Amino acid sequence: MASLISYLKFEEESKRKKLWKTGYELRDPNSRSETSWRSESEQRIYSTKLVDALRLVRRNPSTADKVSSFREIREAADRVLAVAAKGRTRWSRAILASQLRLRLANNMKHKRAKVTGCSRPKRLEKKRFSPTLQRKAGLLSRLVPGCRKVSFPNLLEEATDYIAALEMQVRAMTALTELVTGPPVDRLGSTSNSVHCRLCLPRSPPS
Amino acid sequence: MSSRRSRSRQQSGVSSNITDEQITDLVSKLQQLIPEIRNRRSNKVSASKVLQETCNYIRSLHREVDDLSDRLSDLLATTDTDSAQAAIIRSLLM
Repeated sequence: MASLISYLKFEEESKRKKLWKTGYELRDPNSRSETSWRSESEQRIYSTKLVDALRLVRRNPSTADKVSSFREIREAADRVLAVAAKGRTRWSRAILASQLRLRLANNMKHKRAKVTGCSRPKRLEKKRFSPTLQRKAGLLSRLVPGCRKVSFPNLLEEATDYIAALEMQVRAMTALTELVTGPPVDRLGSTSNSVHCRLCLPRSPPS
Repeated sequence: MSSRRSRSRQQSGVSSNITDEQITDLVSKLQQLIPEIRNRRSNKVSASKVLQETCNYIRSLHREVDDLSDRLSDLLATTDTDSAQAAIIRSLLM
């Protein structure tokens, strides 16, 4: 519960600092520390934390229902991914915030509080972009969490980071699934002892 | 009243300082990430195409994660047997 409260405080603080309302959103790339989603260590950290989270899911089988179990796993995977971003990106903050809201709503057992977004939505500059481009940007903004009212350059930045993170998520979960399913026969004919190493390695060579 | 309006105009002025060059830069960075476009090796990809392919790629990644979550939830559900697989699951995830 304490962690939920600290997440809430973080969200409030962000609003107070007007992170989401600032006019100048494109940060200097040199000063920004980015998560390198392609590194082995990042994937290893993610896999470890995911396994920890899944362990918790197992311990509280609230329902043996398949749908809720799927939901819990999907949410755990997303939550751990968002935490790995360390609050640097909008999509990660949005994932955590929306999960928090759901949890609090369920705990308090009343209607989910309506999120008050920016009072003045930031529109894409209509002079610049053709309607098709605007439409596609709108589609993209709906796919990346928390990016519906975000400037075009910021949207592209967020999408870039989000894609890299998703790729890592897929790599890690695939490796985990293979580990649990029983590894396919390795080309090198290695024994099952090396399976734990395979959990850490990215499937495709990092570019 | 008028001061508020001019202030907001000033704010939007700041955001329009983002240059076309920065945008094309970001678009090309995005382009490099998407396997569809990267593998085709054509230099002339329109921004519209990049956006479209980005959306498709993100959707397919979401689907993969959903599929993997599904498989994991199935695997976690079937740990009654005494197989070696169940032992692995138990040691790792329980």
